[in-house]
This record gives sequence, C-alpha cells and structure tokens, in this order.
Amino acid sequence: MFYLLRTIKMAGNALRRNVMRSALTTLGIVIGVAAVIAMVEIGEGSKKAVAQTIQSMGANNLLIQSGAASSGGVTFGSGSVLTLTPGDAEAIARDCQPRIVSVAPIVRARTQVVYGNKNWVPLYLYGTTSEFLDVREWDLADGREFTDAEVAGGADVCILGQTLVRELFGEESPIDEIVRVNNHPMRVIGVLSYKGANMMGMDQDDILLAPWRTIKSKVSGTSATTANQSAVVQQDPSQQVILTKQAYPNTSTNTLPAQTQSQALNNPPPLLPVNVDQILVRVATEGEIKQAISELSAVLRERHHLRAGQPDDFNLRDMTELSKAMGSTSELMSALLLVVAFISLVVGGVGIMNIMLVSVTERTKEIGLRMAVGARAKDILRQFLVEAILLCVLGGALGILLGRGGSYLVRVILNWQTEPSLPAIAASVAVSVVVGVIFGYYPAWKASRLDPIEALRYE
Amino acid sequence: MELIKLEDLHKTYHLGEIDVPVLKGVSLTIDRGEMVALTGASGSGKTTLMNILGCLDRPTSGRYWLDGEEISQLSADGRAMIRNKKIGFVFQSFNLLARTSALENVMMPLAYTASSLSDRDSRERARRVLERVSLGDRLDHHPSQLSGGQQQRVAIARALINNPPLLFADEPTGNLDSHTSEEILRMFQQLNVEQGITIVLVTHDAGVARHARRVIRMRDGLIESGLFGGADGEVKPERSTGLIAASLAE
Repeated sequence: MFYLLRTIKMAGNALRRNVMRSALTTLGIVIGVAAVIAMVEIGEGSKKAVAQTIQSMGANNLLIQSGAASSGGVTFGSGSVLTLTPGDAEAIARDCQPRIVSVAPIVRARTQVVYGNKNWVPLYLYGTTSEFLDVREWDLADGREFTDAEVAGGADVCILGQTLVRELFGEESPIDEIVRVNNHPMRVIGVLSYKGANMMGMDQDDILLAPWRTIKSKVSGTSATTANQSAVVQQDPSQQVILTKQAYPNTSTNTLPAQTQSQALNNPPPLLPVNVDQILVRVATEGEIKQAISELSAVLRERHHLRAGQPDDFNLRDMTELSKAMGSTSELMSALLLVVAFISLVVGGVGIMNIMLVSVTERTKEIGLRMAVGARAKDILRQFLVEAILLCVLGGALGILLGRGGSYLVRVILNWQTEPSLPAIAASVAVSVVVGVIFGYYPAWKASRLDPIEALRYE
Repeated sequence: MELIKLEDLHKTYHLGEIDVPVLKGVSLTIDRGEMVALTGASGSGKTTLMNILGCLDRPTSGRYWLDGEEISQLSADGRAMIRNKKIGFVFQSFNLLARTSALENVMMPLAYTASSLSDRDSRERARRVLERVSLGDRLDHHPSQLSGGQQQRVAIARALINNPPLLFADEPTGNLDSHTSEEILRMFQQLNVEQGITIVLVTHDAGVARHARRVIRMRDGLIESGLFGGADGEVKPERSTGLIAASLAE
C-alpha cells in the first residue's frame, strides 16, 4: 500500500514536471469523458421526461375489472359480473400500501351532458374519487378537486375535460356553472388539464368526472353495466350475478316467462350503490407491477371469499405495451451512448499511448539512471503504467467536472431536463483506468525492457 | 578484506557474425576501503569492466564476488537489488532529474529500496546526506539553479543515500572545470578516508587518476598495471606497478 502510494506520488511528480504536455495528453480523455457524462445526463433527463410522459399515459396503472360470468357453459366477456365494490378499493388502498400509491374506484356511465343550448355525450363519464387524478397523474387546469365530503355524500359536483369544456362552453369559463347530466344538475368545480389522445387514439379529454355515489345513484340509470340489473335478477334468482349481456333488453325480445308477483317479492333488487365497474390503481414504479398484481389478487380473492382452485372473479390488466415502449427507447439511447463513449475513449487512449511512447524515448536517460540506482524492470513498468493511469484518471475526473458543468449549462441555458447519473460517473472512472492500463502498458513495457547501459548512454 | 574479486572475467560482444572480445580474462581484487582509479585508452575495456563491476552488465564467463557474494550469474532483478544496496554511481553528466529539487533527486533511490522508509524518514535521510556534501542550504533548488560542482555533489549525495560500501564514479569531473574538479575529487578522498567507502574512479585523465591510491590501467581488454592493490593506508606509487604483465591475466 505504502509502495503504491509512493509510486503514485512519483508518477505525480513526473507528470508535474511537464504540466502542459500532461494536460494536452489527457485532453482526449477529458473530452471523451466530458462528452459521455454530459450526454448521459442530458439523455437521462430526456429519458425521464419521456418516461414521465409515458407514465402519465398510464404505464404504471393497473385496471381491475369484474370477471366474466359463465352460465351453462356460455362465458360472457370481462366485466359481465359485478363483483367489485367500493370496499375492495378501500381494502386495496389499505393493504397494498407501499407498492400501490393510489386507488380509484370507477363507475362508468354514458349519457348526455347539457349546458344551455348545447349538449354532448362525453366518451368517458366516470364516477370516482379525487384519487383518480392522482392515478392518472392528471393536473387541474382550473378549479379544485372533490372534497372527501363531496365524494362521501355524493354531492352534485363535477370536473370536466378540455374537450367537453370546448364543446359545451366554447371560450367561457365553466367554473361554477351548472350542467345537466342525464337531466341531473351538477355544478362544475374544476377543469382538467389537456392530455390528448391515448394510444388507441381515443380522446382522453372527452371526460366528465363526478363523485362515484352521484353517478351511481343519480345518473347511471343508463349505465352500460348496471342499466338492467333488476331485470337480470328477475330472470334468474338463484344466480347471484348480474349479466351485462342482457343490459340492452331493447335489442332482443325477452323469451323467458315474466316474473310473478311472489317471485318479485322474494327477490328484491339489490340495494344501490354496491358495485363499481372498475378499480384503477397506480403502482409506485413500473418495476413493481408484477408484485403489485400478486398482492392485489391476494387481497381481492380474500375479500371475495374465493377458495384455492376457484378462478378469479375479476380481471387485472397492466399496460404492457406502454412499458415496452418505454423500455425500447431507453435501450436504444443507452446503446448509442455506449458506442459514442467507446469511440471517444479509444481515441483518447491512443493519444495517451502516443505521448507515453514519446515520453519513454525522451526519458530514456532517466530510465537508465533509475535502473542504475536499483530500479528493477517491473519497477519501471509499474511507474510508467501508474503514470498513464494517473493521467487517465485525472483526465477522467476533469472530464466528469466538465461534463457536469456542460449539462448544468444546458439545463440553465436551454432549459432541458438533465439528470445526474452516478453509474455514468462510476463507469467513466472505471473506463479511464482501463484505458490507462491498456494504452499505457505498451510504452511502459518498452521502457522496462531498456538496457540500463544503453539507456544511460542515450543522448 | 577484499570487497571485489574477479576471476578470469571474459566479456564478448556479438555483433552479427563477428565476436568482439572486450575483456579477455581479467582477474582482480579490490579491498575494502581502497580508492582505485581505472584508466586506459578508449577501447581498452575499462567502461565494460566498470559496467560489470557495477552490476549493470554480466560477464560472458568468469566469476565475480562482490562483498563475498558470487554475483556473475545473477538475474537482472537480482543485480538491480545489488546496485540499490551496495553500489553508488556518479556519472559524468550528473544525470539529475530536471525540475526536481535536490532533496527529491537524492531521495529517488529510496523508492526502490526494499525496506520502506516513511516519507519523513526519507526526507530526513536525504537532508543529512546533502549536508554531508555541504549542500544543506540548497535542498529545494532544482538542478538548473545549481552550478556544475553543486550538481555533481547532489549526484554524490544520491549515490550515498543507501550507504553503499562501493562507489563508482564514471569520469566524474569530465564536465567540470579544474577548480571544481579538484573539489569533487577531494570529496571522494574524504569519503574514502573518513567513511571507508571503496571508490572506483573511471577516468582517462591521469591528473584525476593521481588522486587515487591505486591505479589500474587497462589495455586491450587486460589489466596492464595496478593488478595488486595496497592495503588500507598504504599508498603505492603508480609508477612502480608498471611492470605487471598482461600475461598474468591469461
């Protein structure tokens, strides 16, 4: 250890004897490392910006839907059984704490929204809670969120998406205006920020949000999934499920016998509101989606009293497509950076080797002297190798500073997002050392092979 | 007590097809505490002999005992160790490291010493050696700030840093004026007398050789005169050794 310190010190002295040349020699490494650091930091920054965008599209969202009903071998589509309750959402929020950051129950409806002489049928009409905004990472452009009291009490308030605002209000501010949703008056308390279309090309801004109890009890008479639940119960009282397939009784004639009065009395329709259509969940990071899914399943299975072996009565969906898109952009970026870094450092390394070779020739006499006073070949080898490595490491350190300075300037002047990257710094240091070893070895070996007598006589 | 003992030392250089014998069977003993001048015309083999004596080179054949140790067949690393511990070199062109202080120049050999001294101890030792060559007030001067004589004294201090029993001086006064030369040579004599360091002066200058108590004259790869040295303190006039025939070496 002491020996190494002494060698490093000796190398430092040798480099100090010709500061200008040492600086020029290591310039290649400085520029290479600086470029890599700056690019990685800027790249990481833009990657993070892209990631945030993709995340706001819902890459780390999980959608829980009711499961499929099957009756007599006929399986209906997902969401055809209403098994999810607001209690499920609360249980998830309570029990899957660290991985799941927010949970929003959703009650869907599709109906007309009227304001003044204009009307519109929004693509999404959701009854939910304020956490929905959290899950979708959606900011308000104006107004405020629902209060807990409004959600709990089913207040007549709503938040509108940009498209809906444009269609109903034009340039006017909708705040505190009253819109009628399925003829039920609601006060507009907020406007969502602009989000654009989703991956499927659906306009995400064509949306109306309201407390879920409001939608459930006052609006969703025409809800897709709950429209005809009493009719379903009437049809098959022994089956505790409600079938979506029969939600549109108008489209087909009912061929089953009509319910008798006593049957109707025996099977009162379930009390509203008990079900939600979906539960939207936000996972802390994309990496935790797998664990989150298994935790969610465990919680829901327990709440739904499912025994081992019984199939799930709900569906879990993640946004694999989005996650993959995110992965592929970052991989491409990393690969490009790696190539550029490699090229610049090889160029820098060749510069180091070049000057080290010159230095060996120039210092032949010194090498001879060192040998005469007792330096062994391996001492000389080590000295020149340490010099080369020291040059590279110093260059690398300078490069890191320059690179960070560069990325700072980019952040301040161009206002780009940058992200400090510790792995890039560690890798730069490691690569500098490796370059020093690789390109310093040959000159050092050459120096160590000198004959002391020849070297001493060299002029 | 002999410090150096050579037995039938040969050195042949191979220049392509031709073998060039430079040393043709040199036998020699130098006692501890002697001050010897090694002279001879150029091409006589005195430099080659010095290189072998100084463990910079190895003989083609023959045996060499230094301080009781047979070292003619040592590896390069082994010879480096010997050079570090037992031999000091002073060169004609001083060979100091440029842009490096006198103190650090003197400390340099310590970097290759097996017994690691701490930095402070190294500095202290180098300072003491520099004081011994009366340069205690020039510790931080760079070679370019020193006169030729001072530079050579720094070089001597460097040679002495490991307390070697043997000092080689290869034309130590070749780059100095006569006054400074005298000064340096007196320093060698002083080191020889006061500290008992065996000194081998390699020179072709008779005036320099006169400062030694024994002169070994080389000619054509053999020792022409000075084969038998005197014991400590016994000065032999160089003229009286002229009779020794080269044939003895064969």
